[in-house]
Amino acid sequence: MIRLQVNGEERVIGDDVTPDTPLLWVLRDSLGLVGAKYGCGIGSCGACTVHVDGKAVRSCTLPVSQVAGKPVTTIEGLAKGDELHPLQAAWVKNDVPQCGYCQAGQIMNAAAMLKDKPKPSDADIRGAMTGNICRCGCYTRIHTAIQDATA
Amino acid sequence: MNAHDKSISGNATKLNLAASAAYTARLIDEVETLPPAAAITLGRRGFLKLGAGAGAGLVLAFALPTGKADAAESNPRLINAFVRITPENTVIVYSKGPEIGQGIKTAFGLIIAEELDADWKTVQVEQAQVNSKLYGYQGAGGSTSIPRAWDQLRQAGAGAKAMLVAAAAKAWNVPAGEIVAQDSRLTHKASGKSATYGEFASAAAKMDVPDPKSLKLKATREYRLLGKRYTGVDNHKLVTGQPLFGIDVHMPGMVYASYTKSPRVGGKVESFNEAEIRKMPGVIDVFALEGTGKPVEVMPGVAIVANNTWNAFKAKAALKVKWDESEASRDSISALDAKAKDLAKNFPATIDPKTGAEIGNVDAAFAKAPHVVEAYYDYAFVSHSPLEPMNTTAHWHDGIVEIWSPTQQSNRGQAAVAEMVGLPEDNVVVHQTRCGGGFGRRLMNDYMMEAAAIAQRVKAPVKLQWKREDDFAHDFLRPGGYHQLKGAVDSGGKLDAWQEHFITFTADGKSEVSGGNYSANLPHTTLAPNIRRATSMIPLVTPTGPWRGPKDNAQVFVNQSFMHELALAANRDFVEFLIDVVDRDIPELRVPAGPNINFNRDRAKGVIKLCAEKAGWGRKLPKGRGLGLAWAFSYGGHIAEAVELSVDDKKHITVHKITVVADVGPVVNMSSAENQAQGGAIDGLSTAMGLDVLMEDGLINPSNFNNYPVLRIRSAPPLVEAHFIQSDFRPTGLGEPAVPPLAGALGNAIFDASGVRVRTMPLKKLGYTI
Repeated sequence: MIRLQVNGEERVIGDDVTPDTPLLWVLRDSLGLVGAKYGCGIGSCGACTVHVDGKAVRSCTLPVSQVAGKPVTTIEGLAKGDELHPLQAAWVKNDVPQCGYCQAGQIMNAAAMLKDKPKPSDADIRGAMTGNICRCGCYTRIHTAIQDATA
Repeated sequence: MNAHDKSISGNATKLNLAASAAYTARLIDEVETLPPAAAITLGRRGFLKLGAGAGAGLVLAFALPTGKADAAESNPRLINAFVRITPENTVIVYSKGPEIGQGIKTAFGLIIAEELDADWKTVQVEQAQVNSKLYGYQGAGGSTSIPRAWDQLRQAGAGAKAMLVAAAAKAWNVPAGEIVAQDSRLTHKASGKSATYGEFASAAAKMDVPDPKSLKLKATREYRLLGKRYTGVDNHKLVTGQPLFGIDVHMPGMVYASYTKSPRVGGKVESFNEAEIRKMPGVIDVFALEGTGKPVEVMPGVAIVANNTWNAFKAKAALKVKWDESEASRDSISALDAKAKDLAKNFPATIDPKTGAEIGNVDAAFAKAPHVVEAYYDYAFVSHSPLEPMNTTAHWHDGIVEIWSPTQQSNRGQAAVAEMVGLPEDNVVVHQTRCGGGFGRRLMNDYMMEAAAIAQRVKAPVKLQWKREDDFAHDFLRPGGYHQLKGAVDSGGKLDAWQEHFITFTADGKSEVSGGNYSANLPHTTLAPNIRRATSMIPLVTPTGPWRGPKDNAQVFVNQSFMHELALAANRDFVEFLIDVVDRDIPELRVPAGPNINFNRDRAKGVIKLCAEKAGWGRKLPKGRGLGLAWAFSYGGHIAEAVELSVDDKKHITVHKITVVADVGPVVNMSSAENQAQGGAIDGLSTAMGLDVLMEDGLINPSNFNNYPVLRIRSAPPLVEAHFIQSDFRPTGLGEPAVPPLAGALGNAIFDASGVRVRTMPLKKLGYTI
C-alpha cells in the first residue's frame, strides 16, 4: 500500500499496483486523473509531465514508490478552483492547441519553469520547453502563450 | 504449446498483404476524387425532425437522400442530430466528423451558427454518434471535412432558423419576411415583439420542415461569425486535463490489454511462453489471435489482458513469441535504394498509360533546347507518429459490441468490425473520441478491430493500449520514392519539356503502393508542352498508407526543387518562371471543367505573388542567408510558402521565418486556419530535416521518439506568418495543404544561401542539422 499526496489530497494506492508502476499509470488507471498523457514511455516526449515537490518530472518513467509522501500536482490541480493558472488562461486565449494531446504536459512543464524564472527570455523558453514534443507543431503559439502569461 | 484462437474466423491463417495495400490505396483515391457539390446537396425532404418531445426544443437532423430516415427516427439510440435548440436558449450542435486537431469541431459549430444567426456564446458543440445513415460520411481525410459538409451544415442552420421564424410569425400573426433573426433572438420591429430562439424552440419543432432548396444561404459579405478568430470549443477541457481522448476512456470494471505482433510484418504465432506470462502480476488472461491476415485489420499476435496498463506492458516485455516468419517481410532499405538507383539508369521503353503519360515530343524538345537539366531525387519512408498511441476500448454486452475509438474513419471501422465478427452493423456501436493527432494514421482501423477481437474473449470492457514502440513497428508508412528527372527550358526562358521516371513500390506486382503513385495534382500544374512520365515499381512488403498530404508531401519537394534548378539554368527569376509555368495553357493538361475545387491559374498566381511580396522576394540578403519559395495545388488548396534561413559552414540551418500564403476560399475560423498553416509548415520542416524510417531485413527502425527526431521548439522558427486570400470559391480544408510546399521552399532557400542543391529528404542524410 502506497500513500500519495496528489493535488492536495491523500490518495491510497492498493496492492493491485506494484511499486515499480510508473506514476503516470497510477494517476491514469488508479486515480482517474487522465490529464497527464502517455506518449513514449521513455521520458522523451514530455506529454506525461507533472510536478513532484514542485519540479517538473516525467511521470512515465518515475516509479510510484519513489513518490510516496511527496506532493504531486497534476494538470487537474493546477488551477485554483475555477480560476485558471495564468498559463491555462493564456493557452485558451491564444488558442494554442491543435489536437491538444501534448498540451497538459506543455503547461505543466512551463509552470515549473516559471517558478524558477518568472520572466523567462526567449532562449529560456526554448531551452526549457524543448523536452516537450508538439507533433502538431504549435510551437509558435506555445511560445506566445508563455510570454503572454508572464507579461 | 499452440494457443491459437479461432474466434476471429474466416480465412484466418491466410495472409493477404496485397489486399491490405489495395485498401489503403483506395483511401487516398477517394479523397482525391472528391465529388463536387452534387454529392453534398440535399434532396427533397432531406431534413427530418428527431425526438421533439416535451423539453427537447427544436431538433433538426439531416438525412442523405438515400438514407433510411424513418428507421433512424425510430431507433432510440440515435438521438443526436445536427442541431438542437433547447427551450433554455442553448444551441447544441452535433459535430459529425472526427476531431483530430484540425479544428473541425469548432468549425462545424461556427458554420451552422452562422446560418442560424445564433449567438456563438450560447452554442455548445458535441461529438455526434457514428451513424452513416444519419450523417453520411464521418471520416476525416484529404482535407475534405469542410468541403464535404459545407452545404449540409449551412442548410441545417438555415433550415432551423426558417422554422424558428415561421413559429414566431404564426404566434405573432405577422409575415415571416418581417422578422429579423440575429444573435439567437427573433425580432419584429413594427409590433415591437421580440423573443429568444429558446422561447420558440418547441413551437418551431411543430413547423413544416423547409425544402433545403428553398433556403437562401448567406453571401460571404453577410457573414457575422465566419472569418473571425475563435478559440477551440474543447480548449478549456484540454488545458484542465479533462477526459476527451480515446486513451482517457474509463469504464467500471474495465481491464487493460496489450497486443504483440511480429516485428517483421507477416509473422505468425507459433508458440509463446504462456505459463510464464500467466504468473506475471495482474495478468488476467493471455491468448493468441490468428487474425484476418491483413495489416489493416487484425494480424496474428498475442493479447495480454491485465488489471492495469502497466501490468499489461510489463507482461508484454516478458512475452517470448516464436514467430513463423516464412511469409514475413525481409525488406531492407539499402537494397531498395540500390535497386531504385539501378532502375533510374534507363527510362522505361514503354509507358503504361495507367501509371505514366506522354504529350508533345520530349526528345525533339531536348534536342533543340538551350537549357537541359538532369537530376535524381529521393526521399525516405516516414512514420505518422501521432502523439496519442493507438488505442481503443471495446465492450461486448447485450448482443452488441460497443467501441470507443480515436479514429479518422468511424463509419469504415464500424463496417469492418461488423464484418469481422459477423454482427449486423447496427450491433456495432462506435463512439468516436477526440484523436491525439491523426496525420492519416487513423484512417486505418487496425487497432479498433484488434480491440473488438480481444474484447470478444473478455467478459468486461477492455482498453487495448499500444506502446509507442508498437506504433512505430506497425505503422502504414509514407512510402519513400525516387525520381529521375530531365527538363528543358526553351530559348524564351519557358519550361518546354519535363521527363520524369518515378521509381516506387508495389505490394501486388500490378499497381503502386498507397501513397506511391503520381500525385493527381502535379500533372495539372507542371504545365509544359512536352511531357513524358513513366513509373517503375519495386516489390515491397512493408505496409504503406496515406500520410498528411499524400503524394504531394514528397512529390512537391521534387517538383519545386527541380523547377528551381531549371529556372536557374535559364537564368530566370524563379517567381517569374513559376508564374509562367502556371499561366501556360496546355490543352492536354486542362483540368475537367466544373467543380471549383480544381486547379485555377489565377488562384495559383495569386498565392505565388503574395507569398513573394510578404517574404520580401528580391531583397539582397547577407552572406549565408537565403530565401526559397515553392507552391502547390494540394487537396483543394492553392498555397505558396517561403523559407528564410541561414546555413553555416557546418551545415547547421537556422530558419528565421516561414511565410505561408493560402487560398482555401472563405476562412471559417481565422485562428484555427493560422494554426493549421503554421503546424503544417512545421510538420513539413520537421519531416524534411530529420525524419526517416529504415527497414533492415524486415525490422523497422526507429522505435521511439529518442531515435525519431520530431522537430522541437528550440529548432522551430520564431516566426511562421500566415496570410489568406479569401476568394469566393467554395471553402476547402487546411489539414494537408500547408505541408507539401515547405520542403521545396527549404531546399531552394539552402541553394540560395549556400549554392548547394539538396535532392534528398531528410536533409540529415546529407549532414544538415537544425
